[in-house]
Amino acid sequence: MIEILLYALLAGLGVAMVTGPLGAFIVWRRMAYFGDTLAHSSLLGVALALLMSINPTLSVIIVCLVLALILVVLQQQQNLASDTLLGILSHTSLAIGLVAISLMPSVKVDLLGLLFGDLLTVTAQDILIIYGIGSASILLMIFLWRPLLSITIHEELARVEGIPVTAVRSAFMLMIALEIAIAMKVVGILLITSLLVIPAATARRFARTPEQMALLASLMGCMAVICGLSSSWFLDTPAGPSIVLCAGGLFLLSLLKKQ
Amino acid sequence: MKSRLIELNAIGHAFRGNRVLSDVSLTIETGQIITLIGPNGAGKTTLVKIVLSLLKPDIGTVTRAPDLRVGYMPQKLHIDPTLPITLRRFLSLAEPNLQLCLNALAEVGIEKLIEMPLQSLSGGEMQRALLARAILRKPNLLVLDEPVQGVDVIGQEGLYRLIGQLRDRLDCGVLMVSHDLHLVMSATDEVICLNQHVCCHGHPDQVSTNPAFIELFGSRTAPYTHHHDHSHDSDDNSGNVHSGDGHHD
Repeated sequence: MIEILLYALLAGLGVAMVTGPLGAFIVWRRMAYFGDTLAHSSLLGVALALLMSINPTLSVIIVCLVLALILVVLQQQQNLASDTLLGILSHTSLAIGLVAISLMPSVKVDLLGLLFGDLLTVTAQDILIIYGIGSASILLMIFLWRPLLSITIHEELARVEGIPVTAVRSAFMLMIALEIAIAMKVVGILLITSLLVIPAATARRFARTPEQMALLASLMGCMAVICGLSSSWFLDTPAGPSIVLCAGGLFLLSLLKKQ
Repeated sequence: MKSRLIELNAIGHAFRGNRVLSDVSLTIETGQIITLIGPNGAGKTTLVKIVLSLLKPDIGTVTRAPDLRVGYMPQKLHIDPTLPITLRRFLSLAEPNLQLCLNALAEVGIEKLIEMPLQSLSGGEMQRALLARAILRKPNLLVLDEPVQGVDVIGQEGLYRLIGQLRDRLDCGVLMVSHDLHLVMSATDEVICLNQHVCCHGHPDQVSTNPAFIELFGSRTAPYTHHHDHSHDSDDNSGNVHSGDGHHD
């Protein structure tokens, strides 16, 4: 029994550490809705994985990247406002995923687990995947920290100063896709963005540098995981939503601090 | 010693069939301040992007000096309030050496603000901060997009004076974009009046009497405040002023 809890805790902490810095950038770059849209498309990734019997993590990453690419191309057309476009793609991709899964009666899918997380069924292999992908993301993040910060402040200024903006942005998309693939198991498709946005927003009130905010966001995420899992363990509440609820609670508490 | 920094020759550009620039030629030399003026939609931003290599023109050629180093001051920063960043950290993104950052801040006169959050700077302070970041790159060409935007009139004069001083000290060329027709004129060696093509260009007090200029901005916008002794008959001041061939709509 304690094994289940330990695995869940390890998985949750692994994901929360990556969501800290990544979530900070999502907040600074006002990309919460963008993240949400990519997250929703991961259900389609799962459906495709089942259909073609390939690795679901890999499939989710690929589908997220393809959707990110489509979004970037469509945003450049500028025929529709960005949030309208995201609204269309976000819910269409979620709907495609739901329909695709319902069309496969032969496979038994735990839809609720996919949508809201299934932390208590994490396996040792899941943990390996989470820490493998997570540490790769963090290394990439450290390597790209300065250019990412530069393009967040002013993309054209960064370009004039010689930063390969397109490459850095693509790498950022890749990091989001990787994070979605590993966070799905922890809080589920519908709640992934909350794990990105809420800890970062909480950290803002205590941070004085971008780096502090990123690290504090990781810390807040980890605290939310610990609180949420405890609540799940002792009160038998669903793990994913409990974690998000704790993150929200921490945010509310942070409002007490005077700015 | 003047040397040519960048030369644009017969540039044309269109966005999805909408022509925004046609047959624009422009040369910037060291020590020269050129101001680009023109109404909204005149293609000023497009031209600046071409100078900055952010955009490749559809037609025409751009020749850059091999040692060209551009310092760019964007129009405005939209930094999300959730990003905790001080002026010092902002500058360190362009130059990690703190002493060099301090020097640049001293040069624009805001070294005291180094630990301030970027979002708390006033309009004029922000423009100076952007200018500091631009000169950190030791540019020989400064490209300034609306450098006095959001700055009060007294601050504007100060900024233009500062730009003139920086030009002297760095011996760089300056390309400025401006909406303002008054103050900028006194701070400029050459004005280019753009409305998709070059309507007229030349020394400020001569451009202001050019019929193409008056047609674009109206004769009441006396752009130059001190009055020189020259005739307002447009045919009389042929010296530096070259009228564009185009018509205006």
